Amino acid sequence: MENKVAHAENTKKNMLTLFYQFRELGLLFFIILLCIGVQMRNPSFLTGENILDLATNTSILVILSLGMMIVLITRGIDLSIGAVIALSGMLTAQLVAANPSINPLLCLLFGTIIGAVCGMVIGLLIARVGLLPIIATLALMNIFRGLTFLVSDGEWVSSYQMSEGFVALAGGSFLGINHLIWVAVVFCLVFFYFLNYTRTGRQIYAVGSNPQSAAVSGIRQGRILLLVYTIMGGLSGLCGVLWVSKFASAQGDTASGYELTVIAACILGGVSIAGGSGKLAGVLLGAILLGILNNALPLLNVSPFWQNGIQGFIILLAVIVNVIVKRRVDRTHLLRRAG
Amino acid sequence: MEQKKQIYQPRTLETQLPFSWKRLFFQWEWMLLLILVAVMLFGSYVSPYFFNYPSLRDGTMVFLDKALIVFPMAMIMIMRDIDISVGSTVALSSVVMASLYTTAGLPMEVAIVACLVTGAVCGLINGLLIVKFKELSAVIVTLGTMILYRGIAYIILEDQAAGGFPEWFGFFGWGYVFGIPFLLIVFAAFAIVFGILLHQTTFGRKVFAIGNNPTASRFSGVRVDRIKVIVFMLAGLLAAITAIFLTSRMGSTRPNIATMYELDIIAMAALGGVSTAGGKGRVLGVVIAVFIIGYLQYGLGLINMPSQLFLIIVGALLILSVAIPKLGSMIKRK
Repeated sequence: MENKVAHAENTKKNMLTLFYQFRELGLLFFIILLCIGVQMRNPSFLTGENILDLATNTSILVILSLGMMIVLITRGIDLSIGAVIALSGMLTAQLVAANPSINPLLCLLFGTIIGAVCGMVIGLLIARVGLLPIIATLALMNIFRGLTFLVSDGEWVSSYQMSEGFVALAGGSFLGINHLIWVAVVFCLVFFYFLNYTRTGRQIYAVGSNPQSAAVSGIRQGRILLLVYTIMGGLSGLCGVLWVSKFASAQGDTASGYELTVIAACILGGVSIAGGSGKLAGVLLGAILLGILNNALPLLNVSPFWQNGIQGFIILLAVIVNVIVKRRVDRTHLLRRAG
Repeated sequence: MEQKKQIYQPRTLETQLPFSWKRLFFQWEWMLLLILVAVMLFGSYVSPYFFNYPSLRDGTMVFLDKALIVFPMAMIMIMRDIDISVGSTVALSSVVMASLYTTAGLPMEVAIVACLVTGAVCGLINGLLIVKFKELSAVIVTLGTMILYRGIAYIILEDQAAGGFPEWFGFFGWGYVFGIPFLLIVFAAFAIVFGILLHQTTFGRKVFAIGNNPTASRFSGVRVDRIKVIVFMLAGLLAAITAIFLTSRMGSTRPNIATMYELDIIAMAALGGVSTAGGKGRVLGVVIAVFIIGYLQYGLGLINMPSQLFLIIVGALLILSVAIPKLGSMIKRK
């Protein structure tokens, strides 16, 4: 009899632990529930067309979240990505406006390099000079944003100045699926391999989970930090080109405040800002959840003015639920050890 | 066999160090004063309208309202936390005040009280969340509330503007007392109050202690949680006071006011010598930093310099102000 009770309690604890270990499943469950709810209110939600639309609109967020995830894993944060997107997008758009015949892929490369250089500056300030990430990226956010306005002189680059090939970068599709989705899928696969199966990828986790022991075990922390911020910058630069191509306009305040959405996607996906933990699947689901909210709220006739409030509420709720579950798991672990 | 003797120096808090001439002259505030003098010279060089009392006096109205929040922000940063929701708190309290007056038709005095209460409650929520869920850093909590508070402001007012306040309300933004802007007097009063609070009271010492070592201060009987909640509430309250001045000066309000304020405020605090790594900072430095950034902006505005250039300058100042001490110690180590 006693055994049975103990057994039942054990399974309950195990379920909880299991849930925590696969917290992505919880997020997935929530997303499925949300989808069912939205679908019941508006049947045009789960149609092929809308799903592709949703995926296209979420792709840039997914790509940026991958970069932000590795930054957060190293205990850093990057507030400058919105400004980097604007800067690389503006410079690339000006390049296209000046030479309409330029190969679109060259534009992608150009934007990525600009972004990577921006990221490298941030990385050097953090890794070599030892500035705190939040201060360094805050300062460079101002500087990049200011540079964007300076190079553009406050002018926009609009769609008629862009070549067809350039606009097709984000507008075109391959096998009926938008280019943006392909790019996001490729980056997800690359990052999955990089983070889980390469030495550098594991070192990123090591640096974030315990900098001292990582340094003792011979990991060159400075290099890892430099690498991480350069990758983040490169991804922002790439997304800057895609952004400008997608909306067919480049302006000084492009993507202003977008860094917060990206950080929110990572946090929803369970990346800890204290470093060392974070899974690609979680970040992907976090970005998708935000994408669904953006797509579904208009379909439900929710006033667009409610969108911010709902988003903030869900972020707070998710992180708090996460903490509560983790506490209970830790307590059951302790109890088991004691018993 | 000689054993190396290690001498452990007890780490004293900055507020308790004994007097020394060397430290009097080698401190960040002198550097800031030099920069301020440079800004003044630059201003009077570029524009003949810069360096006279009325223009310097009235120029402060442009930047001092957001600077009020810098005092509690400095305290928060000294405690190793950060609050990025203050801009949204300004917007929310301003919108609550305006809509209570215009839509609900309450008297303005009641609306002002409601504004203050809104700000304090926003700060209280931040503080309670940070204290109850210690696993979450202040960045995350205030990131969430930043989006939430701004969202509520949008829900209340949508994209409308609300205005048409009574005439006496304009006094907050434009009023003079004995020829000095009311806002400047309020700023000076808060500077003195926070200076005393941070540097002369046990409360201030505890704030420094928390920043130096939260765990140790908890074990030595400092009520860390209570102090944190109080300081975050102060930040919310001063954000609400900022909202009153800002709304009064603009004459109307929208949900999108005070965007990116948090960044300017953090920049002012960091330039003023407050370390985000905790445990370091002085009100005097912060006050000088506020005037540096403010007068720089004012001077550049006088000669029609694009405000984008100003963004770059603030960014560069921020990096330099944090990097110079680090570089100095790097060189010393070599």
